[in-house]
Order: sequence, then structure tokens, then C-alpha cells
Amino acid sequence: MSAPGNFEIPKRGPGIWQPKIIGILCNWCSYAGADLAGGGRIQYPPDVRIIRVMCTGRIDALFVLKAFADGADGVLVSGCHFGDCHYLEGNFKSAKRMFMVKRLMKSIGLDDRRFRMTFVSASEGAKWGAVITDVVKTINELGPSPITEFKK
Amino acid sequence: MAEKKKTTTKKTETKKQDAKKEAPVKQEVKKQAAKPQAAAPVAAGSTTKQEARIGVFICHCGTNIAGSMDIPTVQEYAKTIPNVAYVDNYKYMCSMPGQGVINKAIKEQKLTGVVVAACSPRLHEPTFRTATKEGGLNPFRFEMANIREQNSWVHMHDQEGATEKAKDAIRIAVAKASLLQDLFPKSVPVEKAAMVVGAGVAGMQAALDLASAGIKTYLIESDTSIGGRMSQLDKTFPTLDCSQCILTPKMVDVGRAQNIELMTWSEVDSVEGYIGNFDVTIRKKARGVLTPTEAEARGIVGGGCNGCGDCDVVCPVVKPNNFEVGMKPRKAIYINHPQVVPLIFTIDFNSCIKCGLCVTACGPEKRAIDLESKDEFVKVKVGTAILATGFDIFPIEKKEEWGYKRFENVITSLEFERLICASGPTGGHLVRPSDGQTPKRVGFVLCAGSRDNTGTGKPYCSRFCCMYSLKHAHQIIEKIPGTIPYIFYMDIRSFGKMYEEFYYRIQDEGAKFIRGRVANILEDKSTKNLHVMADDTLLDRPVDMEVDLVVLAAAVQPSADTNRTRKLFGVSCSMDGWLLEAHPKLNPCGTTTAGVFLAGVCQGPKDIPDTVASAEGAASAASIPIHKGEVELEPYFATCIEEKCAGCGMCVNLCPYSALALVEKDGRTVMEVTEAKCKGCGTCGGFCPGGAIWMNHFATPQIVAQIDAFLLGGEQ
Repeated sequence: MSAPGNFEIPKRGPGIWQPKIIGILCNWCSYAGADLAGGGRIQYPPDVRIIRVMCTGRIDALFVLKAFADGADGVLVSGCHFGDCHYLEGNFKSAKRMFMVKRLMKSIGLDDRRFRMTFVSASEGAKWGAVITDVVKTINELGPSPITEFKK
Repeated sequence: MAEKKKTTTKKTETKKQDAKKEAPVKQEVKKQAAKPQAAAPVAAGSTTKQEARIGVFICHCGTNIAGSMDIPTVQEYAKTIPNVAYVDNYKYMCSMPGQGVINKAIKEQKLTGVVVAACSPRLHEPTFRTATKEGGLNPFRFEMANIREQNSWVHMHDQEGATEKAKDAIRIAVAKASLLQDLFPKSVPVEKAAMVVGAGVAGMQAALDLASAGIKTYLIESDTSIGGRMSQLDKTFPTLDCSQCILTPKMVDVGRAQNIELMTWSEVDSVEGYIGNFDVTIRKKARGVLTPTEAEARGIVGGGCNGCGDCDVVCPVVKPNNFEVGMKPRKAIYINHPQVVPLIFTIDFNSCIKCGLCVTACGPEKRAIDLESKDEFVKVKVGTAILATGFDIFPIEKKEEWGYKRFENVITSLEFERLICASGPTGGHLVRPSDGQTPKRVGFVLCAGSRDNTGTGKPYCSRFCCMYSLKHAHQIIEKIPGTIPYIFYMDIRSFGKMYEEFYYRIQDEGAKFIRGRVANILEDKSTKNLHVMADDTLLDRPVDMEVDLVVLAAAVQPSADTNRTRKLFGVSCSMDGWLLEAHPKLNPCGTTTAGVFLAGVCQGPKDIPDTVASAEGAASAASIPIHKGEVELEPYFATCIEEKCAGCGMCVNLCPYSALALVEKDGRTVMEVTEAKCKGCGTCGGFCPGGAIWMNHFATPQIVAQIDAFLLGGEQ
């Protein structure tokens, strides 16, 4: 995993592809961890857009698929570490579903590296920076989602 | 912009009224909201059936936000987002004038929803919900776009990227705000009782404060008696008060307080419920000895343990006493030390051979000993809970270079406390463990395992080691004339009131200070003396100091059971295991679990004054909901959309709180939610194959609208 702050600001402009990545975070751990990264001024690339839910257990597998169908280049789901879920076991149940999504992606030919589930606690601001830096790096390497390419 | 929109206001108003008429029929609104609006952000500019009028308020946060992004660009963009009726910005949105801007706009622009683009909702969502409410809207028609913690502060050198991200964040928030509904928090009564876990000085203080405030308090201690770490100390810095002398009265008060139900040799076994209504099961570990009350309950009038100690004398099993850090023996039936509260013996069933000698010694009148006793489970209901689980000493033998447990004359500071303490194993005579001689040169190694980035030790400062080591130096000088303490330090952190003065005093008394971290300690095999190797960074030369005794000021770490206990209460911890406070500055005693508070060192290393202060803070915070009598729960409950529910029951097993059940309604099996049990995690809603579960405030159409708004809305 690359260290936070270890990234270059990309060239932007008309015609230059920018990755579209969506991050769905649980309120108690990963969202708080992302806030902590902010407080600590840990710098990471700005390509991930965040949606907050109370628990990763809330995340329907269809949300992830909807995001890909809408043309997301990458999806990140992040929650509490196992055993630390604010709602006891929502993250276990979510992880099960997310494994299913990964398997599904593989079988339909969508690179499963475009989708990632991570576990970042409320005290892991630096880790959050590293996670985002790495997710953006991965998606940049993979390039635009084939689903958007089909639509063209 | 506002002028432009005003022309369309009238038309909207009539439509809005129509919508309002429908509002009381909950299901209908849901369906309406779900279908037409989810697609709204796609067709930018097209009018939607149920007109949402969203006000967007962008905060500069001084230069915190404005310094990293182009606010006018963001503002111009926000005006083009579908459903946005009004856009404004202000230097500090959370200030009174800032909230006034929101208030005024809601009324003048007839807004149906509010989006504030500012800091994290974890910080100011309550503030802006109140502002929304004051403007006349339901407070849950508010959504926050986080453009500070998760934008301006983390993209400080990428103005363009930050501006684009802010635009998207606002678009996502508007999409959700357009679909938000009126919600009403549920008020629940608060049980007029509290629980404190851990009866060290923090737990005792918290329990005493709660009890004095008229609250029934259960004080749970896993050891056989109360007092915690502080009762193991000899003197306290910088006043040199005798630790036991100032603690014992408190211990006695705890034992006597009418409102405190003290449970020693007990652990929290399980926790259910939520703020106001925690159902806690306590495991009373098998003690083997009856208290007078327990004896009376069994019909043994005037019986039970009176602490006479007759059993102790006859017990044939000898074990090391943990209270004396293993330096003194105890029997299988024991008390930690003579002043224990409660004065009740305990049988260590791991070493008891059940010979029955103690039963005979106890006699037929008291009949206090029951060798067949089993763990008991007690259920109590409390409104709030305080965790005060304290600390353990870091196993310093892991730092092999200092030879603890390899060299007899290397001891920890806690062992030093017991050796110098008049009630300790040596009666207060400091001796070398190897030969019982009085040491003439004592080396103190500070930051032993603290401020250690090698991976073996702890990266943090354990905070009180500098000060107690100064105190140890003073005690040596005072008690053993001619003995010289050598203090190997990195910095002396004398941060408190009268602490720096105490440091000067110890310097003047003749303690020797060597600035340099100890690299290695070697033992002279014949004399058992120790060679402390360090680099004196002030004189810039290596030091090889021969001393008779080395005291390691070992780091502290969360107590062994902290991790298990915190999980029961749903409290997070930081990377080093200390329990995580709700906010490091503004809510150091609170946690993210409503109704659970932190006191003392379990939150992070603290000296005694700070520990007591934090305990009083936690007690005060924990008493507020109890005195108020009721709390409002966020209304993020799950509800069943019955016409979609197939009654499969998959959700019932998913719910960690048993809040869901299948019921018969109109001849069909459908799911039903018990709102009081539902905590709103949404695990059921994330799974329901029929989409039949509606999660308030995080409903599927609302989340899908957010996803669509990001990926399909905006500039393609």
C-alpha cells in the first residue's frame, strides 16, 4: 500500500479521463477515520466521492452494482474492523455480501480490483490516506470502466 | 439568483401544498418519493412531480475551506443543480449569523430541504439540524456535504481537484436532501441507575459522585477488592502525600455509600439495550466466601466473613501475591492487603486443593466458606455506564536489552513502589532482590518502553513516569542517606501544577541526571551489579555507569480485560488500545456509544489529578440523561413496506438486536419492527431481496439518488 501524500496531482482538462470512484463508508469507523485524516491534514488524491451510511451492513450489493452500471470506475466500501462494529456484526454481514459482489464481477468480466472493501477504524487517519491513495492508484492503472466504454 | 427563482415560487407553492396533503399517508409518500425522484438528477433541468426546494449554504470556515477551493465557482455550480432553489455562502455557517442566514432563507424561499456544505456531519450536524428546525422545517430535512475534513483539509495543494470534489459532494447532498422526509425522534425513559466498570481511583470517584447525586450506582470490580493501581503506590508526586492515606477514606466511603452497590470479583458478561435502558449481565465469579449479607440470605444469622483471617493461617497452599507484584506470598484463600475494602476473603479456585482446613477454621457460627460455590449471573438495568478499566504495566521483558527477568537486580517502577512502601513485602526497606543488601547507587531508566518506535515498545508517552521517577529519587535520598539516584532520561516532562518546581527540588537534593536513552544493561556475574550503557548527549560521550539496582519506568498499556469490556459496550479504541473518546478536545469523557462514558487511564495515560478530574467529568456527563429522565433516540428505524414483503424472514436472523419478527397481518406473513429495539444499522435493509425494508433517513431511493447524482448528474 502506498504511503499517504505519495501521489502526484494529475493533469486535468477536456478529454483527459478522470477516474470516478465512489466510497460508501460507515458512520462510526471509516467516516470518522476519514474525518481524522482531515484533522491531521493527511493529503490524498481527491478522486473518491463519499456517501455516508450508518453501517456497512446497510450496503445492498445492488448499490455497488448500480454504481458500476452508472459508470463508476471504482467502488470502495469501508467499515469497522471485525469485532469493532458499532452494531455488533453489520460489517461481517456486509463483507459476506461484498465477497459475493467480487465473485460476480469476476464472472461477468469486470475486473474485481475495481471494487474494494477495507476496514479503517476511527483512529486510523493515516491508514485512510493510504487506502485512498492506493485505491486511486489502482483505478488509474485499470483505466476507464468497460461499462462506460460500452455506452459510447 | 434568488430573484430569478422567485418568479417560479408561486407555482411551486401550490404543488407543494398538494404534496403536503398527501404527507400524512406515510406509505404513499414513500412510493412517490421513491419512483419519480430517484431519476431526477439524471434529467438536469426537467421539472419533477413533487417539487423539492433545496437551499444550499456554503461555509468558508474562515480560510479552512475557502483557502483550498474556489467558493464562487462552487456557488455558481450549485445554482445549476436540479431542485436547488437558493444558494448562499457565509464565512462561518455555524456562527449565530450563519445560522440566521439558513433560518431566514427557509422562511423566505419556502425551502423543503437544507444542505450545508461545511465540516463533518459528525461535528456540526446537530447544530444545523437545530437551525433547520428553527427555520420551521423538520430537522431531518437537513443534509450535510463534508467539504472540510474530507476535502479542503486533505487536498490543500490541489485547488482544482478540491473544487470539483466539493461540487460533486454538494450535488450528492442535494440529491439526498430532495428525498428526505419528516422524522420524529423517539423519546425513551432513562433508568435511574448507573454502572461504573472498574473500581480504581477513577471508578471510585465516579461512583461516589453519581451516588452523591442520588443515583443508584453499580460499581463492578474484577479484582477481589477496590482501590486499583493507586492502592499499590507508596507516595504521590509532587505533594508526597501517602497514597493509601488519601485513598483509604475514599475506599471506605465507597463501601459505606447507600447508593453504591459494590460488586467485587465480578465482571461484565453481556450488555444489551441502549442509552437509558442498558440490560447488563454481571458475572460474579465464584468467591468461595460468603459476605454477611449472603450468609444471612442462606439463613446463617450473624454468619459470613468478618475478615478475621483464621482461614488464611491454616491454608496450606502458597502462591505469589499479585498485589505485591509477586514479591510476597499469599495463601489460596487471601486478601490483597490488610486495608482491603470490602474486607472479605476470596478463594483462588485455580490453586485451592479443597482440603477443607479453612472451613473448619472458620467455624460453625460464621460458616462463611463454601468450597462448592459457582459463578453467579446477576442482571441489572442501568441508564448510563462509565468505563474506568485502567491500565497494566507493559511487559518490559520484551525490551531484552534492559534485562528485566534476566538480571535479578533490574526491577520495574511498580515493584519499586511496593519495596519502598511501609506496608510492602520488605516493610519499606529498599533492598536488592539478589542479596537483600541496601543499594548505594540506583539507576532509573525513563521511557522504558514508552516513546519507542522500534515496534517492540509503545510509541506514546506514558505521561506519569518522569514524575514518579523523580519521586522515587526523592524517596531514596530521603530514606537511604548516601545513596545516589542516577536518572537516565530523554526529556523530563514535568507538565502539571507544581511539577516543574518538584523537578528543581530533586535536582537540588542531589539526584544525578544523565540525558540519554539507555542502550544496554549488562550484569556483573560475580557482584550482580549492573552496568548501564548510555550516551550522555549533553556531554556528548558514552557512559558506562555501574549501579546496584536498576528501576525501569515501564510504559503502561490498557488493562488486560479492556478489549473484551469495550466490545461489550460497543466502544472503539485507538490504535494502541486506549478507549476512544467521542472528541479528543470537546468530549474527552464521552464515547460514540450514547450513554457510555470514559473515566481515567482507560482513555489514555493520566496522572492521579487528571484521572480524578476525568472521573468527575464522566460522572457529571453520565448523570445528565438520568436527571433529565428521558433521552431522544435518532429515528433511523427500519420499517416494513408490507405490500412488498414476502415474509421470507431472511431479515429476522440478520438483526443483531432481535428487533424484527414475522407476524400475520391481513392473512399474510409480513415482517414487523420493534422500534425500541431497532438501532438503525440497516443490516436488514441492505439485504432484503424484495426491497421491502425502508430505512429512515438512509432509504434505498435516497442512497441510489446519491449514487446517481454523482455518476449521472453534473457535467458529463
